[in-house]
Amino acid sequence: MGRASSKEDAGALFHSLRSAYAATPLNLKIIDLYVGFAIFTALIQVVYMAIVGSFPFNSFLSGVLSCVGTAVLAVCLRIQVNKENKEFKDLSPERAFADFVLCNLVLHLVIMNFLG
Amino acid sequence: MAGGLKFKPKLVMTLTFWPNRKYWCGKLVILHFSPTATSFPSSPNSLHSCARQRLRRLQKEERISFTLIEMARSLAGFLVLLLVISICEAASLFQPISDSHRSAALELFTSDHGSFKSLEETYEALRTFQILGIEKKPDVTAAACRSISETVGSSSTPKDLFYALKANSIAQCKIHEKASKGIISSLNAAVGGASLLLDFYYSVGGLVLIKDQSSKADIHLADAEGVFRSVKAFSQSDGRWRYSSNNPESSAFAAGIALETLAGIVSLASSELDQSLISTLKNDISKLFDGIEKYDDGTLYFDDKLVDGHEYQGPLSTTSSVLRGLTAFAAATTGNINLPGDKILGLAKFFLGIGVPGDAKDFFYQVDALACLESNRVSVPLILSLSSAVLSLDKKDSLKVRVTTVLGSNAPPLTVKLVGAFSSDSKDASLLESQELKFDQGSGLHILNDLPKSIDVGSYTFVFEVVLQEPEDEKVYVTESQTKVPIFVTGIVKIENSEISILDSDLGSVESQSKLDLGGKNAVSLSANHLQKLRLSFQLTTPRGRAFKPHQAFLKLRHESKVEHIFVVGNSGKQFEIVLNFLGLVEKFFYLSGKYDMELTVGDAAMENSLLVAIGHIELDLPEAPEKAPRPPPQLVDPYSRYGPKAEITHIFRSPEKRPPQELSLAFLGLTILPLLGFLIGLLRLGVNMKNFPTKPVPATFAVLFHVGIGAVLLLYVFFWLKLDLFQTLKAVGFLGVFLVFVGHRTLSHLAAASAKLKSA
Repeated sequence: MGRASSKEDAGALFHSLRSAYAATPLNLKIIDLYVGFAIFTALIQVVYMAIVGSFPFNSFLSGVLSCVGTAVLAVCLRIQVNKENKEFKDLSPERAFADFVLCNLVLHLVIMNFLG
Repeated sequence: MAGGLKFKPKLVMTLTFWPNRKYWCGKLVILHFSPTATSFPSSPNSLHSCARQRLRRLQKEERISFTLIEMARSLAGFLVLLLVISICEAASLFQPISDSHRSAALELFTSDHGSFKSLEETYEALRTFQILGIEKKPDVTAAACRSISETVGSSSTPKDLFYALKANSIAQCKIHEKASKGIISSLNAAVGGASLLLDFYYSVGGLVLIKDQSSKADIHLADAEGVFRSVKAFSQSDGRWRYSSNNPESSAFAAGIALETLAGIVSLASSELDQSLISTLKNDISKLFDGIEKYDDGTLYFDDKLVDGHEYQGPLSTTSSVLRGLTAFAAATTGNINLPGDKILGLAKFFLGIGVPGDAKDFFYQVDALACLESNRVSVPLILSLSSAVLSLDKKDSLKVRVTTVLGSNAPPLTVKLVGAFSSDSKDASLLESQELKFDQGSGLHILNDLPKSIDVGSYTFVFEVVLQEPEDEKVYVTESQTKVPIFVTGIVKIENSEISILDSDLGSVESQSKLDLGGKNAVSLSANHLQKLRLSFQLTTPRGRAFKPHQAFLKLRHESKVEHIFVVGNSGKQFEIVLNFLGLVEKFFYLSGKYDMELTVGDAAMENSLLVAIGHIELDLPEAPEKAPRPPPQLVDPYSRYGPKAEITHIFRSPEKRPPQELSLAFLGLTILPLLGFLIGLLRLGVNMKNFPTKPVPATFAVLFHVGIGAVLLLYVFFWLKLDLFQTLKAVGFLGVFLVFVGHRTLSHLAAASAKLKSA
């Protein structure tokens, strides 16, 4: 009884989440997709390291941190661009995007230096 | 090394020094006069080992002399003894100038194609070659003539003219009449205007030289007495002279220069000088010689106090200068200069004791001074020398003595007497009677053919006396009243009755006995245990049949494991014996049983047949070592193996990390691209559009430029990874960043304006 209901609940929860998610604006969905892409790339690198060992450790770190860093910056962008977020009402999305671009460029400069 | 060897090093030392110990002592004095040193030991204390030995000998001499006076054996011996005590000098050997000097001179005075660096050096070289009788080389003479004519032709300082004329007196180059007239006038002017001692020296000396060299015989000093007095004004009461009236420092070197100058003035004077001036000068010379300094071996020299570093000349040049001045003055004046002959002899010994100097200037000073001593009006010293101070009794060497002048020329007729011989160990009366040596006309040697029976092997001091045959020669020549010479006599020492035996410890009875063959051919083979004794004995007899105690008489036992033990063989009279009681030596031998090699050493400087011979082996049976017994010392490792090259080390480089197979890496590279593709596909699925892209041309270009700028930065990063370094990248990023900021600002502000317009609308 509980199990069946929990299963149903899980299904209902999943559906409601999905429908709610569909309501999010397009630009936020793009950002979410970007974040997912970055994390997924990081995961593949970790799996590779698990297989072959961490010999050029700096390269591994560089690769993983670039993915994670860009994901973090994208999350920040999402927070700032989200219109429902009252805190950042005064900040224009273009300004947030400019910050995102700049921080990404700096991050990737450091990553390229550390890549070796 | 085992004990009982405390005196080995000292004995070895004496072994090497013994043959001519006193001669070597004398030589040690000289070794301090190194050619490069400019100062001599200020006191004879640096020779203190020699001085101490001589002091000890003198003290012993005094003690023994008192007991001997009581038991005077004969009047002759008594007189000789008194003579020996009165002379406190020690025995030493001096040699006159020989061919080694000539070859050294050729080596030291090297010239660059005949020319030397200065006129002074040219003169020194020419004078040295002249004194030693070395033939003049034509290129040297030619170069000397060139530099002389150069100096003489142009107007030169009196110093240059002086040395040029000095060199010319030997090289004999011709000087033009006009040039010599010019020289005479300039030197006369220099004499008139001189105020320092050296000015007088160069100008007066130059005038004396040009007088001898040019055809004009009438060169005179205008006011000879006045010049004499002005030079004399530099003298001091202690016989030394000053260089100038301002400088209070006085030196004996300056005294020599002043005497030479005054001699020149006397010879250039047109009329007789006041005799009182000459006699005061002779007093000054006596006072100067009162201040002469002395070394222990009887050599005399002059030295100045070391006040100013570069003015200090050193004893050699100072003494040489004084001697030159003295002989020049004696030659220029009439009458005698009364100097005791032993002072001249002391100076001669000083110069001869140097041996062969290593420096050209020192060589010149020595040879020039010896030339002054060779022929002068004061007194000519005669030197007694021996060709060899080591005589062999077995080879029947005869004692050969030569008496010559300091430069090696023949002496006037004289007789040499050997008045006494004294053993170095004991200071008893002379071992032989006074006897005359036979003179061999052909070789010029005084020979004593057979050494008397009283002279055995060992070290002696022979005392010689030289007597001139003609009484007139005594005014001209001077010899030492008693010359003491160290003589070392060697011979073959007979070793007889050598035998080795094993004795029983308790009973003392002989178990085995065999004769030792010290020629080393028959090795004995013995065996013993710790309850027995080993006895080795032999007799040593000198060629004259007396007992002999050598410096070294050792028996060495060496174990197979290279552990060595050395024992001294003691003696009583002629019999040498050693008894090794193994019972007491068990611990010393570290309880090592086994085969021991035996080696006997008998050695002495006076023994011509010293030996070091392996006499055989002994098998020793010693008890077992207890727990606490000392271990034998670790033996020396063969020095070649310890200090030789070690095994070569090849560097092992760090092995490279294991890399994954290339296919795996490429597979994952592909896998990494997958998320990017997924992202792009997702974007398409979401339905991204480019509607917001500005359509008007100006914003459009800015938008395009913005995207191009970002792309350029990313491309730059790719290049950074591939090729560029950080600084180049940062520079480029700086430029691109500024551009991007400008363009981005325009684009984004345009977009913001557009969305704001849309919102308000």
